Amino acid sequence: MRAVLVLLMMLATPSIGEEIVASMNQSQVSITADFQGSEIFIFGAVRRDEPLPDDASPLQVIIMVTGPVRTVIVRKKERRWGIWVNTESVQVDAAPSHYTIAATGPLDEILSATDQLRYNIGLDRLVRTVGEVNDTNDVPAFNEAVVRLRQRAGLYSEQDGLVDLQQETLFSTAIALPADLVEGDYTVRILLARDRTAIGVVDSVIAVRKAGLERWIYTMAHEQPLLYGILALLVALFAGWSASEIFRLFRR
Amino acid sequence: MQIYLPIAEVSVNLFTLLGLGGLVGLLSGMFGVGGGFLMTPLLFFIGIPPAVAVGTQANQIVASSFSGLLAHIQRRTVDFRMGLVLLSGGLVGSAMGVQLFKYLTALGQVELMVTLFYVVFLGAIGGLMFFESLRAIRATRGGKVPARKRHNWVHRMPLRMRFRVSNLYISVIPIIIIGVLVGVLAAVMGVGGGFIMLPAMIYILGMPTKVVVGTSLFQIIFVTAATSIMHAVENQTVDAMLALILLIGGVIGAQFGTRIGIRMKAEQLRILLAILVLVVSFKLAADLILTPSELYTLSEVN
Repeated sequence: MRAVLVLLMMLATPSIGEEIVASMNQSQVSITADFQGSEIFIFGAVRRDEPLPDDASPLQVIIMVTGPVRTVIVRKKERRWGIWVNTESVQVDAAPSHYTIAATGPLDEILSATDQLRYNIGLDRLVRTVGEVNDTNDVPAFNEAVVRLRQRAGLYSEQDGLVDLQQETLFSTAIALPADLVEGDYTVRILLARDRTAIGVVDSVIAVRKAGLERWIYTMAHEQPLLYGILALLVALFAGWSASEIFRLFRR
Repeated sequence: MQIYLPIAEVSVNLFTLLGLGGLVGLLSGMFGVGGGFLMTPLLFFIGIPPAVAVGTQANQIVASSFSGLLAHIQRRTVDFRMGLVLLSGGLVGSAMGVQLFKYLTALGQVELMVTLFYVVFLGAIGGLMFFESLRAIRATRGGKVPARKRHNWVHRMPLRMRFRVSNLYISVIPIIIIGVLVGVLAAVMGVGGGFIMLPAMIYILGMPTKVVVGTSLFQIIFVTAATSIMHAVENQTVDAMLALILLIGGVIGAQFGTRIGIRMKAEQLRILLAILVLVVSFKLAADLILTPSELYTLSEVN
């Protein structure tokens, strides 16, 4: 459960050779019936071949956790014949189910727009719509709606200043995963930046899986739907019968 | 204490669910209805996806209705023959309803349709029941027992059949039509249809009140059982965990509800049920008419 995962990755940097060595306190999250959410502790260090020059600007660290991407249909309500009806809809192809970003400072101050785009960082770039199947012209408004609704539901969050960086070398952060987690692979991306330019990036994965009873129910509902339906029915009938028996005992 | 629901994929408070089951069970025990018309909107409200709420609700109604039916069989207040005829219509209706539900889900209008069904049916039935029981209460105050018309257009149609327990000799056509309608509603709204079935049996078919509840429960069990299995097979939206928690709350609530119900007069019960039905209907109508705070909604595609 608490398996420590060590990641190593090098990225060529122009001046100084800087390498990220990072790890998390767990690489797997099991969703059981009493799952209350989970906190992932991500920490690491920057390894350098030579000491930093004195005039080097401060190092910045950005850590983000992205949930599995699922297709979402966004619908917009409009008043028709006096009542509010779903009218336009957009199929958003790439909307992660979860997104948390933590950094040593405000995102726009520590990373240029170009690099934010290149490394897919920030809520504005999170939700994308591809394809021409939409019956509306205002796709950006629908993408913004996804971000807004998920932010309100606590599924997306941007946390400036939550990464702790010690002596330009050691960094750590705790990322809270809510109880409403969707099953899948969550990507953890750690990015180093200096002078608003990315100098190193490392990716790893947290596997979120339903476990125990949850796993059993979910698998059965999808793989043996008829048997599952019948079984659920039998449970219901048994519960109804026991209720009636208990009633009778009370009456005596 | 939070509990993670495997099919709904949301985490909800266990005690909220138990309380919800208990409250609906209490009302269901008092009034002799399944309580689905209350439970489904309440489940939407606490964040269960609509498709899962409707699919799971059908399964929960089976349990509460079965419990009620056993009590009625002991008192011999079930017209099995009438129940079987209603059922033949009900199963057809239920299959139609599941297809309709699937079609509406694909169209994105399922939420609207379910709400409209609720507003129209709850409003109409609540209103009728309210004025009928008001009249009954006035009449009992005046010391008269209101006479009920036993024969109307329904009794003059062809294909007549004798129903001994209900003491009726009527055409099966209206019975089957009522069965189909309730089956469609059960599948689309995720309700047992008791609140439609009960008035239809009393006012249209002219069945004696004492056999109405048991007979309605008898056929509701089969229709909702079929609906529940069809939702499980076609949409995979039955959440066994959710159903189980609701059941436990419901069974306990129903115990207290029955005791309260026994102490009250029939018209008083009916008028309370009518008020409850009207309140739910007004609330849903208001949601359709008032400007929502958020115009956009999300739904995931599997």
